[in-house]
Amino acid sequence: MEEFRVVLLVFISTVLINNFILVKFLGICPFLGVSKQVETAFSMGLATTFVMTLTAAATWLINTYILEALNLPFLRYVSFIIVIASLVQFVEMFIRKSSPVLYKALGIFLPLITTNCAILGLALLIPLNGYNFITSVVFGLGAGIGFTLAIVLMAGLRETLEFGDVPETLQGVPITLILAGLMAMAFMGFSGLISI
Amino acid sequence: MLKKIYKDFKNGLWKENPIIVLVIGMCPTLAVTNTVENGLAMGIATSFVLISSEIVISLFKKLIPNNVRIPSFILIIATFVTFTDYFLKAFFPDIAASLSLFIPLIVVNCLILGRQEAFASKNPTSRAIADALGMGIGFTWVLVLLSAVRELFGMGSIFGIGILGSWYEPMVIMVLPAGAFLSLGILVGIMNMIKRRGN
Repeated sequence: MEEFRVVLLVFISTVLINNFILVKFLGICPFLGVSKQVETAFSMGLATTFVMTLTAAATWLINTYILEALNLPFLRYVSFIIVIASLVQFVEMFIRKSSPVLYKALGIFLPLITTNCAILGLALLIPLNGYNFITSVVFGLGAGIGFTLAIVLMAGLRETLEFGDVPETLQGVPITLILAGLMAMAFMGFSGLISI
Repeated sequence: MLKKIYKDFKNGLWKENPIIVLVIGMCPTLAVTNTVENGLAMGIATSFVLISSEIVISLFKKLIPNNVRIPSFILIIATFVTFTDYFLKAFFPDIAASLSLFIPLIVVNCLILGRQEAFASKNPTSRAIADALGMGIGFTWVLVLLSAVRELFGMGSIFGIGILGSWYEPMVIMVLPAGAFLSLGILVGIMNMIKRRGN
């Protein structure tokens, strides 16, 4: 029961309190780049969540049974990035074979997930936090859902903003950043919701 | 030739500045600019990785097969990042602790991979060095400016030295995540305005 409680708290805290985008600044590039439409933002979030959950499991296994068992921590960055790149490639091949519709919807975003720093950040945070296997997978899932939440909310705001009267100098990137700042302020309200 | 090198160097400083114009490498820009010290350290670390990997890749560009160039670039970058990480941990443990996760994350900084793909893999080494220096300095100065603004308003100090006296009520929001988004947004807006005036 105690185990279950910890897992649940980790999940809620990664989705809301320590949101990867708005609090930890991981994955800002897709957040700014792919948040013009709600639909594409949602597909991007879904693909990222999928890769994040798999990455959490794969890197936990590699870190525990290979890198730490053989005392090779200096190979961590190199091996993690290889794992992520091949995982993304694998997911791409799998989706192309199993569901061409989804593959078409995700398009270019799939290969770009490799250079999303939220994924490598997630893989590096797990050994730092010392999670066990189940908690790591839940942490990956929570991070992905938090990412999806932030990017979909942002896309909704930007769609509405299309009709707004934005000053010429603030159009494009600046107004998006300011919006993100306001969202981050709103998410600050979640801090202190629970404590571990 | 020299003129070309100078042009490549100048390119990154303003005209194609990685942060303001290309809007890449956003994660470290927002995350570690809460104090000038952190911003400067991050800028130098990123520049070091950028320069060394551009040198190596422009030297070996003929040997790297086209099909596997992206993985090869990432491996070369990751090697230099590991080196930087261990160097900082050994000689500047305080800075390494406050930058923590964002040193290893230089591996996936789009700025570095982007320059390898767009420049180093197509040009001679001398021009690649000029490009890396220009981009590195262009990245660093924006980081330092942004962190100076945030530290000044957020803590009333620069480099940890109190500038604004005790009368100043620090705006804590500026050193928190929300302040990073707001100040970068306003900064890019101001730069846009200056650019428009120039034209």
